[in-house]
Amino acid sequence: MNTTTPFWRDKRIKPILLQLLFVIIIGIAMFYFINNALTGLKRMGLSLSYSFLNSTASFDISGDKLIEYSATDKYSRAILVGFLNTLRVAILGIIFATIIGVILGIARLSNNWLARNTSKVFVEIFRNTPLLVQMIIWYSAVFLTLPLIGDNYNFANAIFLSNRGIAIPWFKPIDITWIWLSFIVLGIIGAVFTWKWKIKQQVETGKRKYPSIWVFGTLLLSIIFPFVVTQSGPFTLSIPEINPNGRSFVGGFVISPSFGAVLLALVMYTSAFIAEIVRSGIMGVNKGQVEAAQSLGLKSSTMLRLVIFPQAYRIMIPPMTSQYLNLTKNSSLAVAVGYPELVSVGNTILNQSGRAIQMITIMIICYLTFSLITSLLMNIFNKYTQLVER
Amino acid sequence: MNREQVETNLPILPPPKEKVTFFQWLKDNLFSSWYNTLFTIALSILLFSIIKGTLTWIFIDADWSIVTSNFKILMSGQYPAVQLWRVWLCIVLLASLLGFSSGIWNGTITHLSIFLGSLLFISGILPFVSLETRIWTFIGLAILIVGHFIGKKIPIKKTILIGWFLLFPIAIFFINGFGVLPKVGTNLWGGFLLTILLATVAIVCSFPIGVLLALGRRSKLPTIKYFCIFYIEFIRGIPLITILFVSSIMLPLFLGQGVELNNILRAMIGLTLFNAAYLAENVRGGLQAIPRGQYEASHALGLSSPLMTCFIILPQALRSVIPAMVGQFIAIFKDTTLVTIIGIIDILGMAKNVAQNPQFLGQQMEVFLFVAVVFFLFCYALSYTSRRIEKSLGVGER
Amino acid sequence: MKKLSLLFLLTLFLTTAIIGCSNEEASSEEADGNVFELVKSRGNIVAGVNSDLPGFGYVTSDGSYAGFDVDFAKAIAAAVFGDAEAVEYRPLSAQERLTAVQTGEVDVLIRNTTNTLSRDAMGLNFAPTIFYDGQGIMVTKASGIKTLQDLEGARIAVDTGTTTELNLADTFRLLGIEYEPVVFDGQDQVISSYEQGSADAWTTDRSGLVARLETLANPDDHFILPNVISKEPLAPVVNSSDSKWYDIVKWVVYATIQAEEFGITSENIDSFMDSENPEIRRFLGLEGELGSEIGLDNDFVINIIKEVGNYGEIYDRHLGPSTIFNLERGVNSLWTDGGLLYSPPFR
Repeated sequence: MNTTTPFWRDKRIKPILLQLLFVIIIGIAMFYFINNALTGLKRMGLSLSYSFLNSTASFDISGDKLIEYSATDKYSRAILVGFLNTLRVAILGIIFATIIGVILGIARLSNNWLARNTSKVFVEIFRNTPLLVQMIIWYSAVFLTLPLIGDNYNFANAIFLSNRGIAIPWFKPIDITWIWLSFIVLGIIGAVFTWKWKIKQQVETGKRKYPSIWVFGTLLLSIIFPFVVTQSGPFTLSIPEINPNGRSFVGGFVISPSFGAVLLALVMYTSAFIAEIVRSGIMGVNKGQVEAAQSLGLKSSTMLRLVIFPQAYRIMIPPMTSQYLNLTKNSSLAVAVGYPELVSVGNTILNQSGRAIQMITIMIICYLTFSLITSLLMNIFNKYTQLVER
Repeated sequence: MNREQVETNLPILPPPKEKVTFFQWLKDNLFSSWYNTLFTIALSILLFSIIKGTLTWIFIDADWSIVTSNFKILMSGQYPAVQLWRVWLCIVLLASLLGFSSGIWNGTITHLSIFLGSLLFISGILPFVSLETRIWTFIGLAILIVGHFIGKKIPIKKTILIGWFLLFPIAIFFINGFGVLPKVGTNLWGGFLLTILLATVAIVCSFPIGVLLALGRRSKLPTIKYFCIFYIEFIRGIPLITILFVSSIMLPLFLGQGVELNNILRAMIGLTLFNAAYLAENVRGGLQAIPRGQYEASHALGLSSPLMTCFIILPQALRSVIPAMVGQFIAIFKDTTLVTIIGIIDILGMAKNVAQNPQFLGQQMEVFLFVAVVFFLFCYALSYTSRRIEKSLGVGER
Repeated sequence: MKKLSLLFLLTLFLTTAIIGCSNEEASSEEADGNVFELVKSRGNIVAGVNSDLPGFGYVTSDGSYAGFDVDFAKAIAAAVFGDAEAVEYRPLSAQERLTAVQTGEVDVLIRNTTNTLSRDAMGLNFAPTIFYDGQGIMVTKASGIKTLQDLEGARIAVDTGTTTELNLADTFRLLGIEYEPVVFDGQDQVISSYEQGSADAWTTDRSGLVARLETLANPDDHFILPNVISKEPLAPVVNSSDSKWYDIVKWVVYATIQAEEFGITSENIDSFMDSENPEIRRFLGLEGELGSEIGLDNDFVINIIKEVGNYGEIYDRHLGPSTIFNLERGVNSLWTDGGLLYSPPFR
């Protein structure tokens, strides 16, 4: 009787057999590939060691560097330069893309026909063309066709536009900057508490307590106070000038053509997607909520701030996370316009040292770390803002 | 749908329309308040200057000779001119299928055929294309229209469906030749033709892999489940360009000597592996949306797991994720431009090449804008379609 | 059921399509250490070349490849198959070229590649140098730059993944001059950033500078600094796994040089057929078995010269006085003329 079911159809054994089969197939495939790679590497006389990271890079990196680097430094430092550049473009990109994206998203739902449709056209244009094409257009057809440094466009001799970069005035920290900074941080914290306190009072007493005026006052205090203490501004403004040799800018902050192109392209492209997320987030808020808010007589700006956004951004967080990650990953396209970020520097090292496998592994690990950390942070944020179910 | 019909026997009348005069509309939509008025005026001035500048540039300042004299290589690269009829044949085949389908189903697909039709028409009347191109575009257009009307009369659904499935292999056969026709190897594929082929191969080949990964991720067997999760999350965590580096530099190493794949095939493999992970997530979304009742019902009918997956679950899941998959197709279509970085000459690579030709110096904007417009047309048409499908499927509506 | 069968049909066709796609390239026979056998069975050689360096390797308007480097690929094909057209060209970028040889994607790489020790150690073998080059720097006349010292603070555009990039850093480190490199992947972007004035100078091999000078909008506005900042012996590269194949490539290069030394050209070769000189008779394979010793026909030299020509002819055809480049032979002359070209004896 019990022999009618063969053992491989046994409910307990079948899954194990299946998995065993799967593991064996994957194992054989892995073995095949890795074996091939090892023989190949051996034939080429290449090793898998990472000791080359300690040898001298002996190549230079273009303008954008956040830390000191010269050709005498090691490969590992060159990678760090690239890594920091990726971080820089990603963080700035995320900030600007969010700002522009939110504005566009709200504009898409505006009751102003012109704003609504301008935003729509913008979104459709930027998300339906490849990012790489946009980046190359910004770079070779916009930034490189700006005038020569000799006949730059300049505004009040403070902002220069040229095909060697855009120079803008920038803050230059002085030795008392930290005093200012700490007061301002204190001021902001104070302002937040004042706001909460006054709002609470307003709710409890039902009288107007003018929380925004209180906040403004607190912030003003945090600026006046350090000024009285230090008797000077928080920083000096460094205004760019053209180098006497006429080849570069001195002072200020110089946005190199490649950095400008990468940042602009990433911001424009991603903000188009963010706009859609914001729009669907706002539309995703229950209609009843809007109607209730309207019947309470809330102004549309108040309604947006107090009723819609707090609910909408819960819907928006997961897709926003993936857009932020996309932006970070897309920054790797900068290799096409010569901005020295991780992939670009990694690519150079890969060519100069011939250590393809190691360099690609390093790049992959870096990006996976970015992705993991970002998703982790956003998950925490998500949990924190999630509605507590009653 | 049935329930609604039962509940409402009376026809639903639309609310009575308010009479909106032109000025009323203006007031409501542009000048409803003082800040709105201010905003409208400021934005109009800005938009006016932008549009005026753009139009002046397009029609007066720009020199489009870089596009007109390189039109052939931008579109089909080094594909031998005498063999181009094979590509045209594929386009005509596509046109006929679209025509028939639009006649038979007469829904969203009609919009796609209108798009293809106008594309053919416009490229047919462009002043700089060769006579051959003109003839072929009008053949395509004629077949599209004739197909539409025949399709309306004779609904040969099955034949057309099979035709759609065979389109891809037939197209590959014609374009490559495989020795039956004079062989045109992948090394001669280029320009926009290559872009389309890369995207199509990536989406078609990644489809089965993506479905398997999605099923695997929901599997009860831990090894399979974790393998799929690892694969999907790994691929989604790294940029496409690193995957293309892996496929172009490391793949030959992994395959060992003796197996030679040229760089275009390697890029296709890279794009496929990349796309599969994203497709898997889309399909998973569809799988999750299937109510438990469906599983329980099929178990109750005594269906085995594979049968249930094939006949009950997948058809429903795939149907509901069609819009998402079209979105993914758009994404991979745009992403194929990255192959330029690994030295493959697609439409963007070709544009970069011709922009360097001393004859056309200083015309980068024209040629890159052309590339952007080509992509925009296709992506916009597809995303429009996907929104239509979404509406007609009722996905995302609550 | 219908849907399922359609699905099956689809998968079936997909598989055939994919197999079909890969079939054309797949050659399952074990090629390890047997490049030559593979080449012979394939019936053509696969050569990695440059596609955008005028004079050396470029695509002509009818889509075919031409140039100094390309002619050496043709010479190899002529030696192996007696047909200079039996070459399949693979345009390669600077950064993918070496991997392409390592993995056997190309049989030989002739793409202005500099012979260096570390590259030789990467599983590659360098054939004799076909062009002795050195790195130079191009600036605009208007910039007033005359020496390397004048480049203080300048932006210099350079192609990534090349020895050029390393030499540039070395040279300026040695001179203690600050400069800003502008690094691109691909010569085209290097030149466009220079031409549009975003960079003050650009650097590559001097032959490359000369070749590109003629394609600039106003060649007269530019100027190549006299300083040669490195040695760049450009040579064909093969995989080190097959020494027989390496020998063939090596002796094909020598044959073109030796032919020039003997004064044998594609025009006058027939008059040498009844030469009394035993060296020439051996060289042309009229006597002895030199060709078969390296696995070729004995008359392989005749094929090379008839189909492609000797070194001087190749040089003049692409770089000589009759071309727009008009590049001096300089060190690329025969040793008898005070140059560096010297072929070991054919015996």
